[in-house]
Amino acid sequence: MSGLPPPPDGFSVPPEVTEPSVGCRELFIGFFSVGIVGFGGVMPWIRRMVVEQRRWLSEEEFVNLLSLCQLLPGANVGNFAVCIGSRFAGFRGAVSAVAGLYCAPFFIIIALAAFYSNFSHIPVVENMFRGISAAAAGLVIAMGIRIAMPVCRTPRAIAFTILAVAGVLVLKLSLVWVIVVLAPLSIAAVRFVGR
Amino acid sequence: MMGEPKVLGQLAFQFAIISLIAIGGATSVLPEMHRMVVDNHQWMDSSTFADLFALAQTAPGPNVMVVTLIGWQVAGFAGALITTVAMIGPAFLLTFTVSRFLPRWRRTEWYRVVEKGLAPLTVGLVLSGAYLLTRATVDGVPALIVTAATVAYIFFLKKNPLYVLIIAAVIGAAGLV
Repeated sequence: MSGLPPPPDGFSVPPEVTEPSVGCRELFIGFFSVGIVGFGGVMPWIRRMVVEQRRWLSEEEFVNLLSLCQLLPGANVGNFAVCIGSRFAGFRGAVSAVAGLYCAPFFIIIALAAFYSNFSHIPVVENMFRGISAAAAGLVIAMGIRIAMPVCRTPRAIAFTILAVAGVLVLKLSLVWVIVVLAPLSIAAVRFVGR
Repeated sequence: MMGEPKVLGQLAFQFAIISLIAIGGATSVLPEMHRMVVDNHQWMDSSTFADLFALAQTAPGPNVMVVTLIGWQVAGFAGALITTVAMIGPAFLLTFTVSRFLPRWRRTEWYRVVEKGLAPLTVGLVLSGAYLLTRATVDGVPALIVTAATVAYIFFLKKNPLYVLIIAAVIGAAGLV
């Protein structure tokens, strides 16, 4: 592939390489829409918006980008918005996506704080959020299963998924330690096993 | 209290640092934020901090929005704005810089190997996060039914998850969960 001369124009780009064209407005609106509905965790909503609804990324690309965003400091969802925005529309795209993600929650949370200093202790609200939290946990479980499907296809991948789960749940390691210990092994395994 | 420049400067500085050590998001630096806000600066007591965290969980949006509330509590709207920007800004610049290299990296063999190696770990981290979240929030059979029904809804009905959140909110408000 690398031996070919560069194409003279856009016509000879193979179809699988062409990316959807996404503008700043769409990025803002897309991330705005997940910001306002993302109760109890925004990542499942981002996956749905980016992979299922708008098809900006494939399932595999989503997992790969999520891996990177977990390694970088800051909110994973914020980093994700930056990467998506940057990929499709450069710096302005990154700003649009991040602004879209944070602007509604920023004002909503301030409004809640201004009107109810103890909002979350009102019994009805507390009960309501017991319900929402239980459903939100379900959304994260469903997302975990969804992203496992394209990844866990080889014994190597299944083994390292189990090791990561064991690291967190059995050894009670933090995310950083799971990555520091397992990433070199997992990457080496890809090298040796080949797939 | 709105415009004390010294406090605003401290908020900006402290949260910019927190932003850069927050690998894994706001939840992983919660103890650090507590130490800084409650112990070091004594901007609020521990129970107020816990209340803000609970309120942030209640609102839509990223978990990191708890810092907006901390800023609000300490220095009003200006505080909320500065704290939020300080928390988002440095991570934004770092992630943006990295993201500019991605198209080049993705064409290299080593990056594909790294991606392939990291993917199962990410899946494992999300799955265990899901388990921990469930353990923390689901404390009885009714809640477990709501969680299980949500998973089933996502896989079998493929409709907007917002409906399931609304139904869960109503069931919860009725005191059934």
